[in-house]
Formats: sequence, C-alpha cells, structure tokens
Amino acid sequence: MGVLQLVAKRLGLGAVTLLVVSIIIFGAVELLPGDLAQQILGQAATPETVKAMREELGLDRPAPVRYVEWLGGALQGDFGTSLANKRSVAEQLGPRFTNTLFLAALAAAFSVPISIVLGVLAALYRESVFDRIANVATLTSISSPEFFLGYILILFLSVQNPIFPSISSVSADMPFDERVYVTLLPAITLTLVVIAHMMRMTRAAIIALLASPYIEMARLKGEPRWKVIAVHALPNALAPIINVVALNLAYLITGVVLVEIVFVYPGVGQLLVDSVTKRDFPVVQACCLVFAATYILLNLTADVGAILSNPRLRHPK
Amino acid sequence: MNTITRHSTTRRRFLQTGAAGAAALTLPMRFAHGAKKGGVMRMGKAHGQTVDSLDPGTHENGFTVAFTFGYNGYLTEIAQDGSLAGQLAERWEASADAATWIFQLRKGATFHDGRDITAEDVVASFNHHRREDSTSAAKPIVAPITDIKADGKHTVIFTLEAGNADFPFVPTDYHLPIMPSKDGKPDWQSGIGAGAYRIRNFDPGVRADLDRYADHWDSGRGHFDAIQMITIVDPAARTNAVITGEVDAIDRVDLKTVHLLKRRKGLTVHSVAGNQHYTFPMRTNIAPFDDNNVRMALKYAINREELVEKILQGFGVAGNDHPIGPGQRFFAKDLEQRTYDPDKAKHYLKQAGLDSLSVDLSVADAAFAGAVDAGVLFGESAKAAGIELNIVREPNDGYWSNVWNKKPFCACYWGGRVVEDQMFSTAYASGAAWNDTAWEHEKFNKLLVEARTELDEAKRREMYTEMQQILRDEGGALIPMFASYVFAASDKLAVPAQMSSDAALDGERWMERWSFA
Repeated sequence: MGVLQLVAKRLGLGAVTLLVVSIIIFGAVELLPGDLAQQILGQAATPETVKAMREELGLDRPAPVRYVEWLGGALQGDFGTSLANKRSVAEQLGPRFTNTLFLAALAAAFSVPISIVLGVLAALYRESVFDRIANVATLTSISSPEFFLGYILILFLSVQNPIFPSISSVSADMPFDERVYVTLLPAITLTLVVIAHMMRMTRAAIIALLASPYIEMARLKGEPRWKVIAVHALPNALAPIINVVALNLAYLITGVVLVEIVFVYPGVGQLLVDSVTKRDFPVVQACCLVFAATYILLNLTADVGAILSNPRLRHPK
Repeated sequence: MNTITRHSTTRRRFLQTGAAGAAALTLPMRFAHGAKKGGVMRMGKAHGQTVDSLDPGTHENGFTVAFTFGYNGYLTEIAQDGSLAGQLAERWEASADAATWIFQLRKGATFHDGRDITAEDVVASFNHHRREDSTSAAKPIVAPITDIKADGKHTVIFTLEAGNADFPFVPTDYHLPIMPSKDGKPDWQSGIGAGAYRIRNFDPGVRADLDRYADHWDSGRGHFDAIQMITIVDPAARTNAVITGEVDAIDRVDLKTVHLLKRRKGLTVHSVAGNQHYTFPMRTNIAPFDDNNVRMALKYAINREELVEKILQGFGVAGNDHPIGPGQRFFAKDLEQRTYDPDKAKHYLKQAGLDSLSVDLSVADAAFAGAVDAGVLFGESAKAAGIELNIVREPNDGYWSNVWNKKPFCACYWGGRVVEDQMFSTAYASGAAWNDTAWEHEKFNKLLVEARTELDEAKRREMYTEMQQILRDEGGALIPMFASYVFAASDKLAVPAQMSSDAALDGERWMERWSFA
C-alpha cells in the first residue's frame, strides 16, 4: 500500500473518529448538571426566565433532535452560533485558535531543535556529567506543574527584572516581533514542559541502536563518534522521535489551558473551559473537534514521517 | 481608607416633595473639576467570560457591569455619596400615591451614532426586560411596572402596580441601560450606547477597548482618552500585572497576600465598605430549619469576628443576621450585635428539644471567596455548642443552579442593594424567586408593603428597623459578615476620596469618574 492510499484511508477513519467524538461530547455536555439557561442566569435565574431562555434557544427540545440539527449544519461547514452570546462559533474560535497555534509554533520552534540536539548530545556523551545534568534538569522541569514554572519565570523575568511583560495580551493587529516578545514567557514555559519527553526519547532511541552490528561496523571503520551517531544512528532512530515530537506538538495545542490562565493568553483552552462551564454546546463541540482533528492529523503526519524515513516501510513486501 | 455610603438630603427632600406631586429637580452630577484629561486607562478585572454578551439582560459580572456603565447611559445613577442623581433623566415626579412616575429626559443627549435619545428609546429599552418572553435577569426588577409609555419626545410615564417611593432608584440598575430603539425593539447588538465611552473592540472573556465619546452631554465625566479593560481571572496573574505596571489598577485583590502588596511602592490598596454580604441561608420550610430555635442556635454558634479576621483578613465587618449594611440609610444601629455564644446556642437547642444537632452545610468557593474555609471554621466553633456541622464541599460548577436555593443549608453571597426595600423584596419577601430561605413571615411582608409607600421618614425608619429585628431574630439567613471592596491602583491615578459603595471600583463607574493624577 502506498503512502497516498494510507493517507486517504486514515483521513476516512479520522472523519469517523470525529463523528464519534462529537457524539460523546454532546452526551457528556448533556450529562452535566444544569443547562445553559441556568448557567447564564446564575444566581439571578427565576423559573420564568429560565423557561423563556430555553424556548428562545430551543433547549426545550429533545437532545437527539438538537444533535442531528447541529450535525446537519456542521456537515455543511456551519458550526452554528454560540448559544450564550449569539456570535458565530467560527468567528469566536478563529482568532483564539490562531493564538493557540502561534504559541504552539513558537514553543515548538524552541523545544524541538533543543530537545533533539540535547538528546543526541546526551547519547553521544552517555553517562557523562553533561548527560546527567541534562537529564536531571529536563526531568525537574517536566515534573514541576506548568503554572509553577510560569510563576517562577514571571518572578525572575518580569517582577524582579522587568524584561518581559507578565501578561501576554496579544491582539490581532499586533506586529509580528511584538507578538513574539509578549508570547515569549509562555512559550519558554511550554518549552520547559515538553523538552524532557522528546529529549529522553531521542536519547533512548539512539542508545538502543548503538548496540546494533552496523553501528559496530561503522565504529570499526574508524568513524568519529559524532558521525556514527549523526549519520548512522539518527536516521534509523527517526521514527520513534517523530512520533514523540508529534505527540508533544499535539499537547502544545490542546493541553495548555493552565499556561493560558497564568499568562492571561487568549487561546482556545480558556474558551473551552468557559463554554463548558456555561454548557454552551456549539462552542464546546467546535473546540473539541478542532482538538480531536489536531490529534488525528498530527498522528497521521507522524506515521507518514515514519514511513518516509524507513525504506522498509516504504516498500512493503 | 474607608468610605461609607451616606445618603444625602437630596433623596430625603425628594421623598417629601416628590410624592406630593412636585418636581424633584436634580442637576447633572459634577465630578472633580479640573480633572486631568487624557491617557489610556488599563484595568485588570477578575471577571469576564467568553460567553459574555452585549445583551444587558445577561450582564452579571464585574466585567460586564463596568463595561455597560462605560458605554451606556442610564436614566438615573447612584452618586458617590449614595444619593440619587439624574443622568439621561433630568427630573422626575410622582403622583400622590407614588404609583405613577413621570420622567423628563435630558435634551441634547445623544447616542454614539449621533441620534437624539427619545422617550421611545426608553420605552423600548425597558420593554426588553418586561416582555412576556424576556430572558432578562432584570425581569423581576421591572415586574412592578404595569405600563410604560412615551408622552411626546422627552417624557416617559411609568405606571406601577402599587406605590413605590423609591422607584427612581430602579433605573440605576446596571441591567437597565437606555438603548437605541429600532422598530420598537432595543438594538443592543450594535453596542451603540449613550455612555461617556464608545466601544472600539469587545472580545468577550479577553478584553474590551473603549474610546471617549467626544459629544457626550456631560463634559464632567470621562477623563481618559481610552480604556483598556482586560480579563485576568487568576489572582496571581492579576497581582503580577499591577505590580509590573501592565495595568493601572485591579479589582478583587487577593486578601491572602494583600499585606505584601501594600508594601509595594507606587501602588495603593483601597478598601471601600459596601453592602455586599456573605450568608448561610437555611431553608425555613425544611426540618430542622423550620424551627426558629434551631436557627437561633446556629446563629449563636458562629464566630463572626473570627470569620472577619481570617476570611476577610479584616476587610469587612461582622453581620447581624439581616442584609442591611452599616452605611445604609435605615440601618438599625441600636440593634444589639450578635456575638458567638455557645451557651446560648445550647439553650436554644434545648428549647428545640434537642441535645445535639447534626446538619449538612453545602459550600463551594463559587458562593464567595473563602466559603469552604468559612464553613470549616463555622464547624469548629459550632462544636462547642454541641452542633455537628457536616461540611459538604460542592463543585463550583453549577453551584447556583444545583445547590443554592435548593439545598437546605448552604453558602451564598449578596451584592446588596442601596435601597432597603429592594434588598428585602428581592431576597426575603414572600414568593420572591430569590427568597433563598423560603421565608414566609406575615408581619414582615405586611411591613414591607406598608413601608414602600410610607412617606413619613421617621415612621419608615421605625418600620425598617423592626424588619431588621425580625430578620435578625427569626429569619432564615445567617449573615456573619459584610465584606469590603478591596482593589489596588497605581499612584499615577487620581482616585476620588469618596467612592460609591454600591459596587466595587467606585460603583463600577471608574471609567467616567477617575482620571490620571
């Protein structure tokens, strides 16, 4: 089976996955106690106004009917409007998702090269002081909760030494360099969080290969150690590394709500939390589907990458 | 600095003359003359959600309230000294029974699109909350209005189901801005208002940007060129933002670290005693709370001073089991302050025929900051009286729909009301939707209706005092404390010495009242 066929098949399966995800999410939102009318009106709710709001929003109709209606719209690319503030979901999600992607891209631009280089170096100088320090430092940063890392960075880089702003209020009309500047602290926080996973996987994958006969052969040829690793070991270790990188990229997009809160960064995470709290189903659904699609696409990319990097998979018998 | 509401004579005079049919003339409020103009004011707010909308019927949090006061105009407003002042309404008068009110609109006031504000806009704006299928949270507030009609371009006539001498206070409610009418319906979607600032950008749950509206009718308000209001929900992030100068002021200072914030140079922590109070409502129609002796036992089993000290860090005062704040006009100051007394609590338990009592108390920090801790402290102090409080920690999510007004004994907060009648009618009157203690008291309800139309101030005071006493000694709400509004502002701002106490940040009217120093 060629790569294209695989991509087509996986995309088809991905669409089915998204459908299942949307049903599960709809069910989960339905299971939550209280509905949008009660949550919006909060302490000020009276039975009368709750009833009127339910009727106005169509929440008094049975759940399957509402789901099918939503699905009908979604299949035509219309994700509906937020029940709470009547703004279109696309209009709300668009800028937020752009912000999230920007932050994820910035964090990835730091973390992916750093962790791969660190992983290669750690494998190269295995059991050395450098290896130990790199391991301890990255494991410490991954073991600390991300909001704690964020606060530490704010304390040193923005309160004691006012280098960066403590809140990242980005806006659409901001020039690129200024945007990078205000997003830097959250990006560094995320970098610290994801670096250990990728670095340790790179190191482990390379070390696992170092015992193989072909590496021994390369060494016996008299190749320098860095060349053995960079030219001979790394290409064969790429598949697991690509997988773990893809997994971490997905995390950078979907799992950053704590960092968003600490740095007041207007990303999708906060939008999702707010919408769940208020049972704003169309927005919850759209956010979750975007997240699910991110996972599906990144996993697919990882698999395609693994196939491309491995001739044996490219030409199956 | 503590500012306490004092009702000026304006309102008193008005009450005497207004209902007699004479016109009560109020001049537009004058704010600090010579306040410096200009600058961009950046405010960090603890509230704001992505689900916020411009529909005034849904406004409920500190972000939307400040926002609506910034871009909208109101018929009347509460001045910094707690008195009533005219805004878009220039003057108003009542029929002899205070059941018909005629409001004269200010001529020359305009919406941000330049249109004149007319009686028709006022009618449409109020009908937004009144109509049958209204989803507005203000529906109960405007329910006593049976008819509203325009008489010419600048006169509006309200007809009430019964007399209410305090009616001109109703339009100060933040839910009731005057919006431009379009085919008889208010156009809230466009965000065009009549406030001192106009909306440039509103990103719900993130930020709002406003510019000064140059053609506003009152040049005495709105001193900043522009406003940036940013939602910063996380207390640590909010504190950092004001410390690092990312914003000029924040609300809801984290009381746990306020002593550290006070040390910071260039910042001032302000505290304004207000009417907001924290309560533990007991549903008086559910056993064992249907027995007043049990309620009294619990009221004596709570250590109020300890709660003020540990939960409010001293930023507040002990409550006396009624919802009227010490700064309010008819506050019963001679009513003895109830204190912690386990022996009395035991005495009341015995009266109820009980040796000991074990009840569940549902709490969550959604009710008020520190509600869970307050519940635990309450549980400890109640032990000495032979009362076992089982603290049930409820989820914050859905607290107002699933716990409050449902569970027999829980935690709650009230922002308070400037007018005594409003507070009582909202939360203690028979049949009120928000009567969270399910309280029915014949004498209380009778006094409530009588006091509303009573024009003799001394008699009125007597009635409201008696009502406070009834609530204190028989009511279902345990009200242990009144919390001050605590916020921090940069010294670059000129914060008025006297601030409104009806809401945080100068009654949330900081946009139009403050300026840079």
